Amino acid sequence: MLEYSEKVLKEFMNPKNMGKLEQADGIGKVGNPVCGDVMWIYIKVEDDVIVDVKFQTFGCVAAIATSSKVTELVKGKRIEEALKITNKVVAEALDGLPPVKLHCSLLAEQGIKAAIEDYLERKKIG
Amino acid sequence: MREIYLDYNATTPVDPGVVESMMPYLSEYFHNPSSLYTGSLRVRTNIESAREKVAALINSRPEEIIFTGGGSEADNMAIKGIAFSKADKGKHIITSSIEHHAVLHTCKFLEKMGYEVTYLPVDKYGFVDPDELKKSIRKDTILVSVMFANNEIGTIEPIKELAQIAHEHEVLFHTDAVQAVGKIPVDVEELEIDLLSMSAHKFYGPKGVGALYMRKGVKLTPLIHGGSQEKNRRAGTENVAGIIGMGKAAEIAIEEMQEEERKIKPLRDKLEEGILSRIPEVIVNGHPKKRLYNTLNVSIKFIEGESMLALLDAKGISASSGSACTSSSLEPSHVLLAIGIPHEIAHGSLRFSLGKYNTKEDIDTVLEVLPDIVERLRRLSPYWSHG
Ligand code: FES
Repeated sequence: MLEYSEKVLKEFMNPKNMGKLEQADGIGKVGNPVCGDVMWIYIKVEDDVIVDVKFQTFGCVAAIATSSKVTELVKGKRIEEALKITNKVVAEALDGLPPVKLHCSLLAEQGIKAAIEDYLERKKIG
Repeated sequence: MREIYLDYNATTPVDPGVVESMMPYLSEYFHNPSSLYTGSLRVRTNIESAREKVAALINSRPEEIIFTGGGSEADNMAIKGIAFSKADKGKHIITSSIEHHAVLHTCKFLEKMGYEVTYLPVDKYGFVDPDELKKSIRKDTILVSVMFANNEIGTIEPIKELAQIAHEHEVLFHTDAVQAVGKIPVDVEELEIDLLSMSAHKFYGPKGVGALYMRKGVKLTPLIHGGSQEKNRRAGTENVAGIIGMGKAAEIAIEEMQEEERKIKPLRDKLEEGILSRIPEVIVNGHPKKRLYNTLNVSIKFIEGESMLALLDAKGISASSGSACTSSSLEPSHVLLAIGIPHEIAHGSLRFSLGKYNTKEDIDTVLEVLPDIVERLRRLSPYWSHG
């Protein structure tokens, strides 16, 4: 096993906010060009605040831990704030990742961004 | 927590009898085998008796065994050694696309030096097609190297047929038999093999020692210069304790091989059947029958291997995976891709490789915990909609 921090393993063992969100206001579907993993993030937004968020991830320990972490970080945040969350912030919240696994946290950042973009897109149309 | 070790193709625990045989050579029998006093003579004599045992394991002559620093060195020595010594005859080598990296990366290296390499494709079971080999042999082909049994999926290649084809064209035949030697009978005479690589730690011997069998009359350029050890074929003071341990491991393997198969195969089959009946959407990789009796490679769809390994590890179970996420290159296993498994299914591959210390209880435990692990990860997966 790679040398993951205790926080990564804990998050991976007990992921938060997992699953689908029925009637999501925005869905971000991103894939990892490096290793082929996939992350879907669902958000529910009220008055520009992310009131609920869930994820589904097909990927490694780091991918699952970072998706879980990112959902925790954005929950209750205004979308402008959520957009500021970078993969570095996610990785740091987990006490870092092995270098070869940094790209997995990128997926988490992109997933949230894509979900918010989808939300904004729908809002424009709606 | 007791470890349930199911990764014997990666390495095996050292047999206690092997440890015992090695101990004196780490203490009182420390002498350099090349020296002239009594202590050295004893070490020399015992190295030769280890050589006889290793030779007996593959039915070769003792003088055809060269001790090396492991299986990878044996592969390097065979391929580079033949390539260098036959460069004036030709610079074309044929191998398969599912070789161990010790062979593949050596071939890549030779390509950079101006050699040409043909990588034979394999079918969905991992078999090299003898007709493909026939078609690939050219006037300037100097070596054919095809592995005996694949480390990931366990498929056993038609070695004799391939060797005969090489010989019909007067080309040497090498096989990386690291996964076969000690597990199944390997007879270099009967199979007409010219060069064969093996590794002690795959059959309950120590790490850091292996051997290259080289048929009498075959010549190669040595890789390591600096002494006349191993009849000028591999310089350097011998890894005495390692060699003695490898000899002992060979002796035990000859004695126990049949019994091991009788014991391990039913456990592997039980694991396979248990997984297939308890978990939906699973495929077994490799040939159903012509496969090492200890190896089970499955692809569990919609989930990823490293996460499975982490959850298995948390339960004390050690296995391995061909997932891209488990490799430092972030590429999925080249073996699984070569047998036509798509990238995302290679992702969910798990390899269990059993050995002589496994018990029925080990398998029961895996069958108890694996379905929950799979279920848990599938619930997380965007591709799994059945739950
Ligand atoms: S998602 Fe594949 S390495 Fe992390």
